[in-house]
Amino acid sequence: MFAFCADPASLEGYSWLICYLTTGKHLDFYWSFVTVLTLLAVTAPTALAFGFGGAMAARSPLLPLRLLGQIYTGMVRGIPDIVFFLFFVIALDQGIEWLVHQLRCPEWTDPIRNGLEFRVCPEAKVPNNSAPQVWHSLYGFALAVVTFALVFGAFAANVLFGAMQAVPRAQLETAEAYGMSPRQVFRRVLVPQMWVYALPGLSNLWMILIKATPLLFLLGVQDIVYWARELGGSKTSAYDYPHPDWRLYYFLGLLVFYLLMTKMSERVLARVQTRLSHGQATASGEAQRRAEA
Amino acid sequence: MKNLILTTALLALTAGAAAAQTVRMGTEGAYPPYNFINDAGEVDGFERELGDQLCEMAGLTCEWVTTDWDGIIPNLQSGNYDTIIAGMSITAERDEVIDFTQNYIPPASSAYMALDAGADIKGGVIAAQTGTIQAGYVAESGATLVEYATPDETVAAVRNGEADAVFADKDYLAPILAESGGQFSWAGEDVQLGGGVGMGLRESDTELKGKFDAAISAMKADGSLNALIVKWFGSDVATF
Repeated sequence: MFAFCADPASLEGYSWLICYLTTGKHLDFYWSFVTVLTLLAVTAPTALAFGFGGAMAARSPLLPLRLLGQIYTGMVRGIPDIVFFLFFVIALDQGIEWLVHQLRCPEWTDPIRNGLEFRVCPEAKVPNNSAPQVWHSLYGFALAVVTFALVFGAFAANVLFGAMQAVPRAQLETAEAYGMSPRQVFRRVLVPQMWVYALPGLSNLWMILIKATPLLFLLGVQDIVYWARELGGSKTSAYDYPHPDWRLYYFLGLLVFYLLMTKMSERVLARVQTRLSHGQATASGEAQRRAEA
Repeated sequence: MKNLILTTALLALTAGAAAAQTVRMGTEGAYPPYNFINDAGEVDGFERELGDQLCEMAGLTCEWVTTDWDGIIPNLQSGNYDTIIAGMSITAERDEVIDFTQNYIPPASSAYMALDAGADIKGGVIAAQTGTIQAGYVAESGATLVEYATPDETVAAVRNGEADAVFADKDYLAPILAESGGQFSWAGEDVQLGGGVGMGLRESDTELKGKFDAAISAMKADGSLNALIVKWFGSDVATF
């Protein structure tokens, strides 16, 4: 990266360290932090949307919709994450390719499944073989987001379902007495009040989501744990910067990162909790009212 | 919203499919000097140089992909890349699920490396990488096998005292031993395993296999393959 790094073997002390920490491989490592943060930023709202949909379906007066919501939460919550991550992603990937194959190569006669092989026509590969690597990475990332959102959405659905049930019936009855339609009751009274009940459960999920990001590597996305292991492993002089086993330091760095993430989340969540409790008929809402009075 | 994103991505990804297909070369990137990710973050090593040369001779555009060793065969079969070029020895078990080109490295020695030369390699604890022929050999040798996901971890296990010795390709261990400052030494005799190292391909990809086979034959014939082996592994290894 810097001009004076051209000959790593001649470097010493701090200049060696500066050059070492700015190699292309380390830049990839720093980028992977961005990847993980992006994953969190994209997955959390998506999972919440899945959860909201699931909870609404599970409460629906229509039997098929109710069953769908219940089956979704029941199944996904019951399957171990790691199985889901190994199986579902492959199924999703192959499903997409199979669909594209049907659309693009109707005259293809070779079998798609041949023993253990899965082979669609070259035009149906997603992403296409000739696509730049960045598309392959983005595709892998998108699969990861969908999988994470599906898994965490099921847990969120259960939390939100519980929170919706926890809103005092009297509140809804009052709204009905004012002549609000069921949709208005849901939108104006139920949803605004349920968040305070949902927050403890959702904050748990958020913490678990932060810690689950190393599962990304299972999905072929090179995340921070992959790079920490790769960079920390002992290096012979086949590499420009030979060093002994430094995995401990890299993993300590990750430890600090994850602790900072969880600490920051706790502070933000505490603020949200205060805000949501405002004017609610809960113990903490009551405490706020007394403090102000 | 997600559907929208997915559809746009699909369209973007599958556009222009009619152009010549790029061949995606799958490797592990953690097995110097065969293949490793260099400090610039790119795939480097003997197999990088060999693969690039083979692609050029066969008139193919190639792109390098890394994956973990554990999933390297399933990922080939599900089409995430088209070849495995990752120091993979040709064995009968692997040949049942994938196809190999002819070997580009002659059958080479595997060796035990330990902290002292008298380590108990017949009854002690031996580290090997998961899913390698060395792991299979150790499992049948009567020693206790401990498996690790990456080659580097097998060496670290010996250094930390978790294992008495590591069993791996001698060409992989030799630079580590040479640079350990006397910490490591060979233990026991070298063992000959496998039928050399070849490129792995899907069994249905016979055309691609033919192209690579022809290129390897040409490199064997004009001596450039031997030169490449000597360049990366030193002059005292087996050549063609």
